[in-house]
Amino acid sequence: MKYQSQKVARLYFMAAIGLFTGQILFGLILGLQYVIGDFLFPAVPFNVARMVHTNLLIVWLLFGFMGAAYYLVPEEAERELFSPKLAVALFWIFLVAGALTILGYLLVPYSGLARLTGNDLLPTMGREFLEQPTITKLGIVVVALGFLYNIGMTILSGRKTVINMVLLTGLVGLAVLFLFAFYNPDNLVKDKYYWWWVVHLWVEGVWELILGSILAFVLVKVTGVDREVIEKWLYVIIAMTLITGIIGTGHHYYWIGTPGYWQWLGSVFSALEPIPFFMMTVFAFNMINKRRLNHPNKAAVLWAEGTAVMAFLGAGVWGFMHTLAPVNYYTHGTQITAAHGHMAFYGAYAMIVLTIISYAWPILRGEKAANQRAQVLEMWSFWLMTVSMVFITLFLTGAGVLQTWLQRYTDDPLPFMVVQEKIAPFYWMREAAGVVFLIGLLVYLYAFVARGKPAEDATAA
Amino acid sequence: MSEVFTKSMARNIYYGGSLFFVFLFLALTFDTMKTLPQQDNRAAITPQVALGKRVWEENNCIGCHTLLGEGAYFAPELGNVYKRFGNSTEAIKAFIRSRPANGIPGRRSMPQFNLSEEELEGVAQFLKYTSEIKTQNWPPNIQG
Ligand code: HEC
Ligand code: HEM
Ligand code: HEM
Ligand SMILES: [Fe+2]
Repeated sequence: MKYQSQKVARLYFMAAIGLFTGQILFGLILGLQYVIGDFLFPAVPFNVARMVHTNLLIVWLLFGFMGAAYYLVPEEAERELFSPKLAVALFWIFLVAGALTILGYLLVPYSGLARLTGNDLLPTMGREFLEQPTITKLGIVVVALGFLYNIGMTILSGRKTVINMVLLTGLVGLAVLFLFAFYNPDNLVKDKYYWWWVVHLWVEGVWELILGSILAFVLVKVTGVDREVIEKWLYVIIAMTLITGIIGTGHHYYWIGTPGYWQWLGSVFSALEPIPFFMMTVFAFNMINKRRLNHPNKAAVLWAEGTAVMAFLGAGVWGFMHTLAPVNYYTHGTQITAAHGHMAFYGAYAMIVLTIISYAWPILRGEKAANQRAQVLEMWSFWLMTVSMVFITLFLTGAGVLQTWLQRYTDDPLPFMVVQEKIAPFYWMREAAGVVFLIGLLVYLYAFVARGKPAEDATAA
Repeated sequence: MSEVFTKSMARNIYYGGSLFFVFLFLALTFDTMKTLPQQDNRAAITPQVALGKRVWEENNCIGCHTLLGEGAYFAPELGNVYKRFGNSTEAIKAFIRSRPANGIPGRRSMPQFNLSEEELEGVAQFLKYTSEIKTQNWPPNIQG
């Protein structure tokens, strides 16, 4: 660790891992409700568990991105963080606001929460992923502004590397696009149109900049390859991201009341969206093959490779599968979508956060890498979680293909609920794979315990 | 990547390409907004429908259902439920009204929301309005 202030990243990483655990527990509840319909009903209805699952996901990824920024920005900028105190204060604000929101979902009926938080004054609630009460959304904006100020001041008064500038662009984009969460017209078509400016332009736009820059940072560190080469790759990747991904938004504008030309635009551009993900895979393996040093943190290298592969599979391959309009006509809003959503979110964003944690955590403790045993455990957890996510995706894909066939494609389409019953075996298998995922996560947590006491006092490094 | 293709070339593609497509996207958005009135059934957005959208949101119906294919995949598509229920708002209201508070044993259950008559009528009208949005003939059939 070069700069003392990088240490605030630890808080953020701890919160991320804690919330990740919560996310998975609720995922397993959801998976069970899929097959045992009245499980926990009416105490925790499906929609409530789902909000908890997806909102915890987004919040832990945001904690992860912020932790990554607090770790790598000072190192790249070659100066201390502008204000470590602000970083700590914002951490607690975000954590408390997040916890209160989740408790609100679990303890108060959603309509009560809406009333309690004055949703009628500025109605923003009740849309997928944006279920947070308006006041929580405002809190997120405040935290984001403070965070950007802190990071921005650090970057602008320090060494301006490409990695830092791209990361900053991604983070600013994230905050700016979130503002569309406050636009909720009565016109459903317009509502949906701009809702995607948050959701799609996040995961297939600005978040990819964040992903690319974190990956580039870790690769610079673990391979020792010339920064010039890595920065050139980074530029090409994010160029392709935005060139394909912005108009690619059109793959969500096929059937929501928007004009027909989006079927062409969306299909063509989104079919190109796998390119930047493929380039990321080539990039990571190329750099690792050309490495000039053998970094002792083998687990971090594995996570980086895993991110590059799984992001391509989940976003690139599974995204492409249903992105052409004639295919999407039948698969839209089925388990195919869920399959893709899981592998893409895990492969790209969960794994990049786990990559930077893997790389940075030992250094924050004052050692270069964890001890052998802890690394082996961590690599076991990598394989358990990653392979079970592959199986979750495959089972959901099986369910989705059957659902599409039985409910959408045959001459004699069956009702939704009838089809769901027929494909229940796939849901059982998904749940089993989910349990293995949880075991992998427990191994991951245990790997932290196995690190033992820091080799030397973290302040010494 | 070779030496012929330099970092500054890569950077220029990034800046130029992104800027171009941001503007193209804004132009397309402008055009879409201009053509929406012919498709989005806005004439049907009465205060009652607006209330219905609020009821829809404040009870998080999207957390179990899809609406025009977006949302959760746990319960039936509702974008065309008005048509599936024989073009009847009464049938929709009756369905929502009749959900047992403790669910249906062993079956995926929908909560009893205890909506007022006004809210019920609103949400049913909202679903009727939604079913009349021109969606390029999606869903493929009445089952949604
Ligand atoms: C906790 C999950 C859940 C929530 C939240 C929920 N529903 Fe449902 N809904 C279901 C399930 C499950 C079914 C299928 C019930 C059955 O067939 O037994 C259903 C069925 C329906 C149907 C009949 C669909 C058909 O084709 O048979 C309508 C209409 C409906 N819901 C409206 C709503 C509205 C309006 C809201 C919000 C106020 C809502 N639901 C919220 C789970 C939910
Ligand atoms: C890491 C990047 C990505 C993530 C995290 C991601 C995640 C998701 C999620 C969660 C959804 C469901 C949204 C909803 O609830 O309605 C979705 C939908 C979709 N994604 Fe992605 N995605 C990514 C990249 C891609 C790419 C590159 C493509 C195309 C090649 C793609 C194509 C699609 C399509 C077509 C849908 C709509 C599915 C439907 O019609 O139901 N995605 N994505
Ligand atoms: C480990 C076991 C897991 C199980 C059993 C599980 C189960 C589920 C279920 C049942 C849903 C709701 C689907 C629906 O709407 O009907 C869901 C949604 C979702 N989950 Fe998971 N999940 C798990 C892990 C994860 C992980 C690790 C991630 C990402 C890192 C993730 C990301 C998501 C996303 C993005 C959605 C929304 C999908 C969409 O809208 O298409 N889940 N999950
Ligand atoms: Fe998308």
